[in-house]
Amino acid sequence: MTAALRMRPKGARPALEQTAAMSRRAVTALVRQPSLIVPSLVFPLFFAALGTSSFGRAISIPGFPEVDSFLDFALAGSIVQGILFGSIVSATALATDIETGFFDRLLAAPTSRVSILLGRLAGAMAYGAVQTVVFVLVLLPFGLTIKGGVIALLAMMAGGLLTALAVAAVMSTMALRTGSSEAVQGSFPLLFVILFFSSAFFPRQTMDGAYRWIATLNPISYLVEGFRSLTIDSVSALAVAQTVLIPLALAIGGVRLALRSLRRRVTAA
Amino acid sequence: MTAAIVDNRSGGLAAANGLALRSLRNIRRLPSAFIPALLMPIVQVISFSGTYAGVTDIPGFPTDRSINWYLPLAVTMGASFAGLGTGFAMIRDLQSGFYDRLRMAPTSRRALLLGPFLAAWTRAMIAVVLVSLVGLALGARPVGNPATPLLMFVAALGMATVGTGWGLGLAYRFRDMRAAAIMQLTLFLGLFLTDAQTPIEIIDGWLQPVATWNPLTRILHLARQGFVEGFDPRDTVIGLVVMVVLGIGSVAFAFTGLARLDD
Repeated sequence: MTAALRMRPKGARPALEQTAAMSRRAVTALVRQPSLIVPSLVFPLFFAALGTSSFGRAISIPGFPEVDSFLDFALAGSIVQGILFGSIVSATALATDIETGFFDRLLAAPTSRVSILLGRLAGAMAYGAVQTVVFVLVLLPFGLTIKGGVIALLAMMAGGLLTALAVAAVMSTMALRTGSSEAVQGSFPLLFVILFFSSAFFPRQTMDGAYRWIATLNPISYLVEGFRSLTIDSVSALAVAQTVLIPLALAIGGVRLALRSLRRRVTAA
Repeated sequence: MTAAIVDNRSGGLAAANGLALRSLRNIRRLPSAFIPALLMPIVQVISFSGTYAGVTDIPGFPTDRSINWYLPLAVTMGASFAGLGTGFAMIRDLQSGFYDRLRMAPTSRRALLLGPFLAAWTRAMIAVVLVSLVGLALGARPVGNPATPLLMFVAALGMATVGTGWGLGLAYRFRDMRAAAIMQLTLFLGLFLTDAQTPIEIIDGWLQPVATWNPLTRILHLARQGFVEGFDPRDTVIGLVVMVVLGIGSVAFAFTGLARLDD
C-alpha cells in the first residue's frame, strides 16, 4: 500500500484524467445495464400519467396554483422523484465495488483516491441531467408546456444535475460507511418518505396542519417548487435560484460528508 | 385405510400449522423481511392522507376526510404485500434447498400450500390492525352501519389470499429473485390502476376505463364502504364475487406452480 501511495502521480492532471475514466466507467455501466435505470425513468412517468388522470380536476380547488393542466404541475415532482431514485443506483454501484473488492484494488493502484468517489458522482450527475431532458421530451407530446422556455429547461437541467450530485453524495456516504449495497438499497423508503412529506405531488397550500408544517420545513419542497415555477410561470431570478442554489447547497454538504467517509475508509484500509 | 386417511389429514393440518408457525417465527428472527411490509402501508396512509388532503375539495368527492378515502387503500395494499411476503420467503426456501426437503417429506401438497396461506392471513391481520389503528388515530371515522367497516377486513383477507397465491405461484415458477420483482411490480400496478387516488367519477382520461374494468377496483369498493358511502348491497356482492374468483384463481396459480416443481 505504501509503495502504491509513493507511485501515485502528483498533480491535478492525472487526477482529472482518472476521474474522467472513472466517470466513463460509471456511465458505461448504466448504459450496459438498462435494468438498473429503467425503474427510475418509468416509475416517475407512470405516476405523472396516473396523477394527471386522477387529479386532473384538482387544479380548480382553492390554493392550487394556476396551471393549464395537472401534467404541468406534476413535471417537477417527477423530475425530482426520478433523480432521487436514480442516484441510489450510483451509490449502490460504489457499495458493490466495495463488496466485490474492486474498491480495494483501486486503492492498491496508483490512483487518486478522490477520483474513485468523484467518478461515481460525475456519472450520477450526467444521469440526472439526462433524466430531466428525458422526462420533458416524453411528456411534451402529452400536452406539457414549459412556460419558461429553453432558459427554464437549461436551469432545470442544471438543477437536476446538482440534485443528483447531492443525493448521490449522501448515498455514497452511506455506501462508504457501511460497504453494503443492501444498506444503500434499504434507504429507498427513507427517500420515499422525504419526497412524500414535501410539495412534490400536491401543493403545500392544500395541505392541513402537521403535514403542511413538515412540508414547509422540508427543503425538497422548495427545490420542487423552483422546478415547478420554471414550468408553470415565466423564468424568474427566484425560481432559478431555488432550482440551482438549493441543490448546490445540499451538494456541497453531501460531497463534504462523502469525502470525509472516503478518507476514513482509505485510512482504515 | 380410513384410519390412515384420518391420520394423513390430521398430519396434513399439523404440517400446515407447522409451516405457518415457522413463517410467523421468522417475523421475530428476520424482522428486516417483515418490517418494511408493515411500515409501507402505515407510511402510505399517513403520507397520502396528508399530501392529498385537498382532494376532498374536488366537487363530487364522496367524503370530507381524505384519510377515510386512503385508509382502505393502505389496508388492502398492506394485506396484499403481507401475502407477497410469503412469496419472498418461498424464494429463500427454494434457493436454500429447504423446500426440496419439505417436498420429499410424506406431506400432502395441499398442506405445503395451506401453511403459507395461514401465515399470510396472520401477517396480513397484524398489518391491517396496525394500519387501521394509525388511521383511526389520524382521524378516520366509520360511516353508516357500525358493522360495515368489517368489510374492509374481509377485503383485506381477500387481497392477502390473492397476494399469497400470486407470490407463491411466481416463486414456484421462477425459483429466484426475479419473481420478487415481478410480484411486487404487478401488484403495485394492479392496485394503482384502480380508483386508488380519486373516485372513478372524478378520474379523467385513460385511467377511467382502466379503473372501471380493473377487478381490484371492486375489492377496493368493498373495503371503502364502511368509511366512504356506507353499506351498498350491490357493491358488496360484486366485491365479494370478484374477491372469491380472484382468490380461487390465485390459489390455482400457486397449486399449478407447485405441481410444476414436481415435473
